[in-house]
Amino acid sequence: MSVTTLPSRGMALRQPGWIARLFDYKPFLIVMCLAPAIGLLTVFLTYPLGLGVWLAFTDTTIGQRGIFIGLENFQYLWTDPLWWGAVFYSVFYTAIATFGKFALGFWLALLLNNHFPLKSLLRAIVLLPWIVPTVLSALAFWWIYDPQFSIISYLLVDVLHIRSTNIDFLGTPWPARFSLIAANIWRGIPFVAISLLAGLQTISPSLYEAAMLDGATAWQRFRYITLPMMMPILAIVMTFSIIFTFTDFQLVYAITRGGPVNSTHLLATLAFQRGIAGGELGEGAAIAVSMIPFLVFATLFSYFGLARRKWQQGEAND
Amino acid sequence: MTDVAAQPGNSNVASATPDTMAWDSRARRVMMIYLPLACFVLILLFPFYWMAITSFKPNAELLNYKQHNPFWISSPTLAHIKHLLFDTAYPTWLKTTMFVAIGSTFLSLFASTLAAYAIERLRFRGSPYVGLGIYLAYLVPPSILFIPLATVIVQFGLFDSPLALILVYPTFLVPFCTWLLIGYFKSIPYELEECALVDGATRLQILRRITLPLAVPGLISAGIFSFTLSWNEFIYALAFIQSGANKTVPVAILTELVTGDVYQWGALMAGSLLGSLPVALFYSLFVDYYVSSLTGAVKE
Repeated sequence: MSVTTLPSRGMALRQPGWIARLFDYKPFLIVMCLAPAIGLLTVFLTYPLGLGVWLAFTDTTIGQRGIFIGLENFQYLWTDPLWWGAVFYSVFYTAIATFGKFALGFWLALLLNNHFPLKSLLRAIVLLPWIVPTVLSALAFWWIYDPQFSIISYLLVDVLHIRSTNIDFLGTPWPARFSLIAANIWRGIPFVAISLLAGLQTISPSLYEAAMLDGATAWQRFRYITLPMMMPILAIVMTFSIIFTFTDFQLVYAITRGGPVNSTHLLATLAFQRGIAGGELGEGAAIAVSMIPFLVFATLFSYFGLARRKWQQGEAND
Repeated sequence: MTDVAAQPGNSNVASATPDTMAWDSRARRVMMIYLPLACFVLILLFPFYWMAITSFKPNAELLNYKQHNPFWISSPTLAHIKHLLFDTAYPTWLKTTMFVAIGSTFLSLFASTLAAYAIERLRFRGSPYVGLGIYLAYLVPPSILFIPLATVIVQFGLFDSPLALILVYPTFLVPFCTWLLIGYFKSIPYELEECALVDGATRLQILRRITLPLAVPGLISAGIFSFTLSWNEFIYALAFIQSGANKTVPVAILTELVTGDVYQWGALMAGSLLGSLPVALFYSLFVDYYVSSLTGAVKE
């Protein structure tokens, strides 16, 4: 051991080492530091993204190289009622779920922003739905939505006697659609709440004190202080939420797999069904690519719609 | 800790002005704060309670609400968990998931620490744009990428190998971790590095001996985030892995345990519970880092 290590240590002492000096050359160091991250992202993100767009214009199937067919995939999708159904449900799902998450999440954030005992413990508990793997909590929802043994049906029928029959949560289109949205809202509330709570804590208490002295009601304080001050953070969190809700996959795949009668397909689950399960890689890629315009539009809408007010507000406040 | 000081402090302010004091009475506080909070906690935790209670219920109780109160277990059993651990490949799936999560976490931490260091500390022309580019990568959702990525994985000969997941997960972990770590590096005084430079330390020594030790809290929270995110990942694992032994827990439960028309709810819920536990435990150990870095990241 010592025999082999001693000479090498001596060498390192004698000359500072050309490697160490090479790493002191800043441009080289910068390239070396960025290489792993940029390399990984290029090979597994940028390249596939381009490849995906290319595949969307080919008739590639699993195990067979496709040829360029221009817009044929998209023309086909345009006439495909299933694709239109998925577009409809993706937009609907995103709109309702985002609204629910933000209404309830904001409320929860306002509640958590009050002073009470065991606050940090409560915050930790509240984050749980967001921590636990989505598929695993989705399975719990699947069981909660069971046609025969649903605990919700049990409560409504046998305990409260509000209904006389069990609810068929996942067997018919509209109840299935709303059941999925409810599960998505449940999962999304913690993230929205904790993010907005962080925003709430950056608002200076002096603003509220001044408003109280001027006799502002609780609603006025919320409307004219809290809401405008929260706009920038709302814009960011909402942009994130819209992107990830619109492209959601796990929840729908775990609970309904797009059924009943394809009524709950999101674009992502339809792309999986056609592309991977059905083997039509080109068509699946076209469905995936067709999400991009919606995403760009939703992002611009949520970001600029909310952020523009931030600039107005910022000028008025500073 | 800081949040107590930074309270907008409805109660503090209210108690200062006499006419709002009655407004903020105890009864009102219960109605406006504690009751809604209790409802939120109840609804947010109920699925976990239901998951847990189903895992320990014998089948007779599970499917008979008339004679047994569904909210309680009269004779708890470990049969479902025993079935899961000894009659299925569940331990293998757990091992695979752990291997994938740890592997991709280390790979992502390595790549993003270096990237964040270069962007925040070495500051070169265009470093903000590189930072922005890496951050934008986070906004590319996996459901757009999984089809072309599947063909890339096949080309690399990595189809059906957990290694594919370890290499692919950094595409969403690296942007997040880099973003988080840039914030952490920002908080470390630049003077410390300058002093070391003056003393003749090389850049690598500075990174290893000064910057990294000071960034440990940031590395821990980035590590937790990566671990939970890769444990949670589903669509890539579903698309790239075929054989039962190489599946991760979320995929395996859904594709291997759900068989036939009669679902074994006890075993399914036990599987969900056991699959959630490592993440929940890991998270509860470091919950303060987690919440503070999440809120910190949003504040940026």
